[in-house]
Amino acid sequence: MVSSHTDLAYDSKIEGDVVVTKLDSAINWIRNNSMWPMPMGLACCAIELMAVGASRFDIARFGAEVMRFSPRQSDCMIVAGTVTYKMAPQVRRIYDQMAAPKWVIAMGACASTGGMYRSYATLQGVDRIIPVDVYISGCPPRPEAVLDALVKLQNKVERERSASRLFTA
Amino acid sequence: MTANADVITAVQGGFPAVTRRPSSDHPACNVPATDAIAVLRYLRDVESYDFLTDLTAIDWSAEKSPRFTVVWHLYSSTKHVWVRVAADCADDVNPSMPTTTELFPTANWHERECYDLMGVKFEGHPDLRRILMWDGYPHHPLRKEFPLAGIPTDLPDAEIAAETGIGLIAAPMAGGPFVSTPGGPMTEAEPRAKDEAWSEQSEKPTNA
Repeated sequence: MVSSHTDLAYDSKIEGDVVVTKLDSAINWIRNNSMWPMPMGLACCAIELMAVGASRFDIARFGAEVMRFSPRQSDCMIVAGTVTYKMAPQVRRIYDQMAAPKWVIAMGACASTGGMYRSYATLQGVDRIIPVDVYISGCPPRPEAVLDALVKLQNKVERERSASRLFTA
Repeated sequence: MTANADVITAVQGGFPAVTRRPSSDHPACNVPATDAIAVLRYLRDVESYDFLTDLTAIDWSAEKSPRFTVVWHLYSSTKHVWVRVAADCADDVNPSMPTTTELFPTANWHERECYDLMGVKFEGHPDLRRILMWDGYPHHPLRKEFPLAGIPTDLPDAEIAAETGIGLIAAPMAGGPFVSTPGGPMTEAEPRAKDEAWSEQSEKPTNA
C-alpha cells in the first residue's frame, strides 16, 4: 500500500495496535498482492510470459512472482498461447482444479480469439470454455502488457465484494 | 551402388513394373503398391538410401481415381542425394498401403500422421493411432473435401463438453484464409483475406 500521503499513514503512537478497515478491503488487499499465477503456457506467448517473470520486467513487483505449476496453489490462470481443441478439455480441467477465488487472463491473440488460427483444430477463444477476466492483445504481447493486465485485474479484484461472498464462492 | 541419376534404371532392372515419375529435382519413380516395400528395401540395402526423410500422401480430389498416392522421400547418408518413390493406393474410399516401419523405424510417426490427416491406413503398422487430432475425431482434415474452417463436431472430452455446453464450430473465415502476398514492400506484406467482400459483420454474398 504505497501512498504519498504520509500524514494519512497508520501511526501506532496515536492509534495503538489496532487497525480499523473494511473486511472487503483487507481481503482484497491480501488477494491482490499475492496473486499466484498458474502459467498455462501453450505456445510462443509462454516465452514472453517467462520474460515477465525474469528480472528485467520482474512480475514480483506486483506480488505475482510465485508461478505455481499446481492448480491447487494458484489464483490466476494465465492462458498463454494457442488453445487447440485437443488441449481445451485439459485447460478446463486445470481451471476446475484451481481453488476459488480464481481469475483468468487470456494472453495474446490466440488465447483471446483463436488469433490467426482460423482452422479446424483451434479453439476460437479460450472464453468459450472458461470465464476470462482480462484479455491482452498482441501476438505475442509485450511483457509490459502482461503487467498492465495484472494491474487491471488487481483493480478489478479491489472492487469485489469479497467479504459477503467469502463463504459462498 | 549406382550413381543417383541412374538409380531409377537400376530399380527398373529388378522391378519391371516401376515407371519414371516426372520430377523437377530428384530422381523419382512410380511403383505399384504391391512392390512398394520391396523397392524401398532394395533402395535401402543395395543403393544405400538409408534415411527416410519424409513420408506423405497426395489427395488428387474425390473425382480422380486413383485418388490417393503415398510418397516416400529417401536420403542417402553416404551419397548425400535424395530419391522419391510414389505408389497409388488401390482403394479410393478406404485407401491403404503396406507399412514401412520395419524398414525405417521413423516411418512410425510419419504413417500415423498420414493416417490422421489423410486417412491412409498403413497395414501392419504396430500402433496406428491418430497423432495430431484426438482419438475418435471423425474426419481426416487434409483431404480435399474437408474445409479449412472445420466441420462442427463434439469436444474430445464428453464430461467437459457437457459442463461447458460447447463443441467444435467452423472457424469464422471472413474471406480468409489470411495470406500475405509475396513481393512488394514489407509494409504491405501483412496477411490479408483474399476476398474482403465479406466479413463477420457483412454476410458472404451468395451467387444467385
